Amino acid sequence: MSEPTAEATTSDLAEDLAAVAPEPDATVTHDPDVADAMIRLDEVSKTYAGTAEPAVAALTLDVPRGEILVLVGPSGCGKSTTLRLINRMIEPTGGRILFDGRDVTRVNPDELRRHIGYVIQQIGLFPHRTIADNVATVPKMLGWDRSRIRARVDELLDTVGLDPSIYRNRYPKELSGGQAQRVGVARALGADPPVLLMDEPFGAIDPITRDRLQNEFLRLQADMQKTIVFVTHDIDEAIKMGDRIAILRDGSAIAQVDTPQRILALPIDDFVQDFIGSGAALKGLNFERVRDLTLGDFPHVRHDAGHAKAIQILDGSRQQWMVVLDAHERPLRWVNRTDIDRSDRRLTEVGQAVRVTVEPNATLHDTLEAMLNSSVGAAIVTDARGRYQGVVEIEVLTEAISRMRTEARAHYASLGLSTADAPGLAPYAPPALDGTS
Amino acid sequence: MNGFDSWLEYMSDERDDVLELTIEHATIVLQVMAAAIIFSVVVGVVVQNRPALRNIALSIASVFLTIPSLALFTLFIPVFGIGKWPVRVALFMYALLPILRNTVTGLDGIDPAVEESAKGMGMSPTRRLFQVKLPLAWPVIVTGIRVAFLLVTGIAAIATLVNGGGLGDLIKVGFNRLGLPNSLEPIWAGAVMVVVLALAFDLVLALLQKLLSPRVLAAGSELPSTLISGLRSRSSSDPAHQEGTRVRTDR
Repeated sequence: MSEPTAEATTSDLAEDLAAVAPEPDATVTHDPDVADAMIRLDEVSKTYAGTAEPAVAALTLDVPRGEILVLVGPSGCGKSTTLRLINRMIEPTGGRILFDGRDVTRVNPDELRRHIGYVIQQIGLFPHRTIADNVATVPKMLGWDRSRIRARVDELLDTVGLDPSIYRNRYPKELSGGQAQRVGVARALGADPPVLLMDEPFGAIDPITRDRLQNEFLRLQADMQKTIVFVTHDIDEAIKMGDRIAILRDGSAIAQVDTPQRILALPIDDFVQDFIGSGAALKGLNFERVRDLTLGDFPHVRHDAGHAKAIQILDGSRQQWMVVLDAHERPLRWVNRTDIDRSDRRLTEVGQAVRVTVEPNATLHDTLEAMLNSSVGAAIVTDARGRYQGVVEIEVLTEAISRMRTEARAHYASLGLSTADAPGLAPYAPPALDGTS
Repeated sequence: MNGFDSWLEYMSDERDDVLELTIEHATIVLQVMAAAIIFSVVVGVVVQNRPALRNIALSIASVFLTIPSLALFTLFIPVFGIGKWPVRVALFMYALLPILRNTVTGLDGIDPAVEESAKGMGMSPTRRLFQVKLPLAWPVIVTGIRVAFLLVTGIAAIATLVNGGGLGDLIKVGFNRLGLPNSLEPIWAGAVMVVVLALAFDLVLALLQKLLSPRVLAAGSELPSTLISGLRSRSSSDPAHQEGTRVRTDR
């Protein structure tokens, strides 16, 4: 690449932006949840020439630094348009786009885009360039020297799980869909941009590979801490990938923007409820863990304690079943009164074997699964060494769900938002609730 | 058999003449093609995603190709006089359609996702053109150039009617003596040399097409832009012009 030096020296976005940019306007009201917005859309709108209805109407949205914000909504709601407004692939017709507090609505769009990673569903690798050259696209434009580019390319290919010595000199045609999107991600990360825009990046990939790529990407993001805007039409992907989710309706109007936990706990209206679909409570269980529960007393007995002792403990509780532990306090069997009454058999030989247990860091979703697999409809919690810690019953889960809902409502009430439209619930009445938040 | 022998005899007797006319013929074709390639590719790039202009450009180029060559050469005499200029202009007009059409088709064939990602990474329009679009469309464009070369090499034989020179002169000599002894030999000489010339051009271009694949063009990622600016500077060797091309390439 023989870049004119003039371009290389002006390529620093910070300088470009500093020239343009006053400090952010303090009078604009924004989501009080977001203290440190890396990307801020301020009343951004897009109306195509010759149409009356705006495709995006006065959208105000903050993306917190280092988080993944997922834009999700039915097709045609304008979520891709919104994403493309951020890197000005589509020029907004109104409003401002702020990066790190600086207005970039008027800077050179090509310069701007070199500092924003962009990943699309169709990937769009350059078929006539090697994998290495594809990944090196932006560093080359920024005028990096050869050895730095080479090192960066190898590092990135390594990061996305492709052996540089194998893939460096291959061409995109030789890659599978999953591998190609790995390269797509590596290319977007080329010059280590602080911001990444991803438009249904895993949408065209088979479910098994998609799941693996999602997990790897989340692991990667834990290290990278990029600010990411991620578009999908799949609510499950949104719940999995998002630190926060913005559910959009027609014209890119935000129906609800919040953490997945709160959206699942309290869909704000019928539109969100319908979009999330059935099983919101079930999905919400993924965000709570056993260690956060208070485990009540549950009858249990050492296997060598004797039948009389066992009967005494079980009768002293209101439970039908009790847990028999071995010498190391590991759960062995579920037994009920009838089992214990068969005094000719030892406690380790009656009742039902304990097949499934959960550890404190298991999600409530896993715990429910364990309950359904257990013969008595409850899940035994053990520590890392398998020692008995307590039992989770179904009531504990329903309490957890209702607590999440209460917390979400209290949160919205504290923001001054009405939850009166939330489906299936009476209007929020602050004094009636126990103040968990 | 007898005819073939006497043709060979003619070819060896008139060797210098035939060679000179062949070179003259080739020179006209090369001059015309150089101009036509630059013009058509530039127009193709400009009109490709502008539907109205694109239709106009392709229609005009199509009309050019349907005008009978004899008429076109003659019609240009009042404008350009006789000699090489009416020939160059007419041949230029015939060469446009294949190159223009293939340039447009080649650019159409580029995966929109590739253009989207190129733009999304901050490639400027010029950079996208020279580093992505033209290299990817190149094989299709070269195919058009090959067709145009065959077309122009053949039609150039008619140039003789307006004193344009070239291998047509041999054919005219034979034509004027038709019926007399040894009238067919020069006609055959002209026709065969036109075919040989056309095949030679095609062979070179086929090789070029193989050697300069999009991958090769990308490997030396400056190559497409130097190639184009090289072609441009052929029409003007002024270094300032070359400099100007460069700056525009990088901006």
